[in-house]
Amino acid sequence: MFGYVVRRLLSAVPIALGVSMVCFALVYLAPGDPVQTLLPPDADAETVDRLKALYGLDRPLPIQYLDWLWRVAHGDLGRSIATGREVSNEIARSLGNTVLLAALSVLIAFSIAFVMGTIAGRRVGTVVDRLVTGVAVLGVSIPNYWLGIVLVIIFAVELMALPASGMASDHFDPTSWDHLQYLVLPVFTLSMIPVGIIARTTRAAVSEMMNQEFIVTLRANGVPEWRVLRHALKNALPPILAVMGLQFGTLMGGSILVETVFSWPGSGYLLSKAILTRDIPVLQGTILVLALIFVATNLLVDLLQSSLDPRIRRA
Amino acid sequence: MDTSTTLAPIDARDRGGPRQPLLIVRNLRKHFPIRSGVLGRVSAHVRAVDGVSFTVMKGETLGIVGESGCGKSTVARLLMRLLKPDGGEHIFDGEAVGEAGGISVAEMRRQVQMVFQDSASSLNPRMPVQGSVAFGPIAFGTPRDRALAQARQLLAKVGLDPVLYGGRYPHELSGGQKQRVNVARALALDPRMVILDEAVSALDKSIEAQVLNLLQALRRELQLTYVFISHDLSVVRWISDRVMVMYLGEVVEIGPSNAIYETPKHPYTRALLASRPALDPDNRRLEAPVSGDPPSPINPPSGCRFHTRCPFAEPVCSARAPALGEGDVMAHLAACHMQDAASGHSKAVREIRH
Amino acid sequence: MSTTTATASPPATINATPPRQRGYWGNVGYRLRYDPVTLLFGTVLLLIILCAIFAPLIAPFDPYQESIIRRLKPPGYRGHILGTDELGRDVLSRILFGGRITLTMGILPVMVATLIGGGLGVLAGFAGGLINALIMRVMDVFYAFPSVLLAVAISGAMGGGAVNGMIALTLVFIPPLCRVAETATTQVRNLDFVDAAKATGAPLRLVLWHHVLGNILGPVLIYASSLVSVSIILASGLSFLGLGVTPPEPDWGLMLNALRQAIYISPLVAAMPGIAILITSISMNMVSDGLRSAMDVRS
Repeated sequence: MFGYVVRRLLSAVPIALGVSMVCFALVYLAPGDPVQTLLPPDADAETVDRLKALYGLDRPLPIQYLDWLWRVAHGDLGRSIATGREVSNEIARSLGNTVLLAALSVLIAFSIAFVMGTIAGRRVGTVVDRLVTGVAVLGVSIPNYWLGIVLVIIFAVELMALPASGMASDHFDPTSWDHLQYLVLPVFTLSMIPVGIIARTTRAAVSEMMNQEFIVTLRANGVPEWRVLRHALKNALPPILAVMGLQFGTLMGGSILVETVFSWPGSGYLLSKAILTRDIPVLQGTILVLALIFVATNLLVDLLQSSLDPRIRRA
Repeated sequence: MDTSTTLAPIDARDRGGPRQPLLIVRNLRKHFPIRSGVLGRVSAHVRAVDGVSFTVMKGETLGIVGESGCGKSTVARLLMRLLKPDGGEHIFDGEAVGEAGGISVAEMRRQVQMVFQDSASSLNPRMPVQGSVAFGPIAFGTPRDRALAQARQLLAKVGLDPVLYGGRYPHELSGGQKQRVNVARALALDPRMVILDEAVSALDKSIEAQVLNLLQALRRELQLTYVFISHDLSVVRWISDRVMVMYLGEVVEIGPSNAIYETPKHPYTRALLASRPALDPDNRRLEAPVSGDPPSPINPPSGCRFHTRCPFAEPVCSARAPALGEGDVMAHLAACHMQDAASGHSKAVREIRH
Repeated sequence: MSTTTATASPPATINATPPRQRGYWGNVGYRLRYDPVTLLFGTVLLLIILCAIFAPLIAPFDPYQESIIRRLKPPGYRGHILGTDELGRDVLSRILFGGRITLTMGILPVMVATLIGGGLGVLAGFAGGLINALIMRVMDVFYAFPSVLLAVAISGAMGGGAVNGMIALTLVFIPPLCRVAETATTQVRNLDFVDAAKATGAPLRLVLWHHVLGNILGPVLIYASSLVSVSIILASGLSFLGLGVTPPEPDWGLMLNALRQAIYISPLVAAMPGIAILITSISMNMVSDGLRSAMDVRS
């Protein structure tokens, strides 16, 4: 087990380095001189030269990369062109809001989809199963940015029951409805894709489990149905939890569209604003942080899953 | 596949005449590396085949038996060159395979074909079975129509109505029918030798008998040479002229079928024979003849590899590896210290063996 | 063979007329014909594609024609079946024309990625060893980004524009397709029938072509078809964020973004472009699911 953990941890290092290289390269993907992309368009020649010397942009690329990596490792992601503030501060201020949004969405998606998938998986081929499968397809087919707009039209514009966008204040208070109500629509919108994916996974896992010989044996021995189901679910759970964990990482990086629709002040919204203002340092820093979170989530899910299921460690 | 060649007494491709062995293998070795650790360094080797030597005469059937994991199937794949040997000589009809001045691997493969154990995975699921049979000839330039016509004739020859079965996909056939197709495919290139790797092991007993009869009939008609690999001792005895017994990548005994089955020399062979289920209920033995699983081929036991399970093991057995010895093709040889008067084993034969 | 003497069991040649044989793809088509759900969604998809192709013929208005007095009119206003947008342009005509751009942006990247990613995957799977490690480790890096994030990152850095958007989407889809192709190739490569084909002594390229490619094409195509819906949603998403397609081109994602400002005035019209995306993406998903079960030989 220990050997597996070490190996898995070490295997994430080259991936993380690769991710950092891709993020480093983003500046060079942008048209024009990289210095221009790091500075406001009206920067004077003196500033440009100073920055060039400061960031060593006249030196060979590998050296530049190592320099950049060194700064990143010390928490220096550069300064925003638009606001002039430190990128790391901007990300730190917004990241918590995205974690809140993504975690709530995944939890709600799991509670809905697990019930849906279990019901469908126990009765494959019935009307209920087809209904669940249909909802699952809808979940992954629906453009969530559009769903967000539709929900705003219904609940904010027509019914005027919920706020359309934003957040009550910078300091979130989970006991106050004034604060919570801003979360309802974004969380529901963001949970649509994980609902579809988790429901499918649960359905497949449960239906497979119900055909396993040990379950059939339990039934044949007259064990009550709810206890049979408990056995089946206990065995079907690890892969479903793994999918749930991966979805959290995906939503952390994929909430940009929903955050934009609801102007939710998270990292995705920060990214979206950075795109509109062509604020490359913010773009680069945010993407680096979100991708590393995704790598870390995958790693964590792998390790947790292997502690639950010893067969995985052999792979 | 034209009548004149299949019925002619002497194959046009024959090099050295009937007395020259069709296949000679000397000291064949295959060690699979095991990678481990973070960097995937080679930490050990599985000695799947470790110095195997044998000869196959033209027209005979050599049976190879042994427990699973003894290296039988690796030998088959090495003979087909589906695996690259790590060492040893491989001579087909007097010509070294894959060496300068010898016969190329591709040419050897045209004359040696193989039937695999898993009848299901050895046929392409996306190809009608007649296409699978015709693939080899088409690859060697036979026009498609003619190759397909020949394939259908071959299907008829192995007892499958080509009209009914030729266009079917593998999943539409039963296990026995699929194995017949595999036999037809092996025959499509008009080979001189066929390697049958557990070819009937997965079949039901009744189907197995049918396929064995078919193989025997085809061998006579087409003058084929078989290497028949199986863990089923009765089947091997029935079909083989000579039998070779393998244990942990080595040959422990080789000799004419009757000699091996009537007067086995090696304790392992005796144990294998004794472990067959007895048909006579009054003569059923109760204790297991060989206990436990074979040791790992990664770190095989020192000396005689069987000494860890052998009831006659003595210090000499773990100290020194017994040699198989040499003799003519029909000789009955066993790699056991008890067969060697000079070995120092207390139960060694007294007279000088021949 | 006429003088064949001893065969083990003579074939039964009672049935003289062979049953009609269908090839593999014939079988797939046959099964699809008896799958009403897939047929229904396939027809919808076909209609959407035809509408996009023949948009100039069937669109009631010029999709670029602005009108200050006709801004944000509700559906049915003076021949504007789906109403007008914030610049007074006919929404139906823009959706019809928008299909051309949105569908192209959705489908083309998947096609290119299937060629590149699938090719790399087959290469990695068949070559094994160092080449495999090299290709797959690079793919792992790109796989370490959530797809939305990678698309946004690349097109965000390169700047807006439909071409940049399509390049970004192609790069997003290469790694997953490469993985699927690599896994399928590695699996097929180790099956006995590939060994049997090699054992005939046939050249490697023939073995690859007839025995490997045919067996991995199915899984790769099924996977690629399931990506088209993702690609359309992502492509529209990029345009929605201001990346991808630029105004005044009609694109479903861009229209959605522009009409978002109008949800208080004309909510029904604002939702229209999204419905087009939704119907296309559901149809694509259902067709892909139908293909998956039709292409499974064993079912």
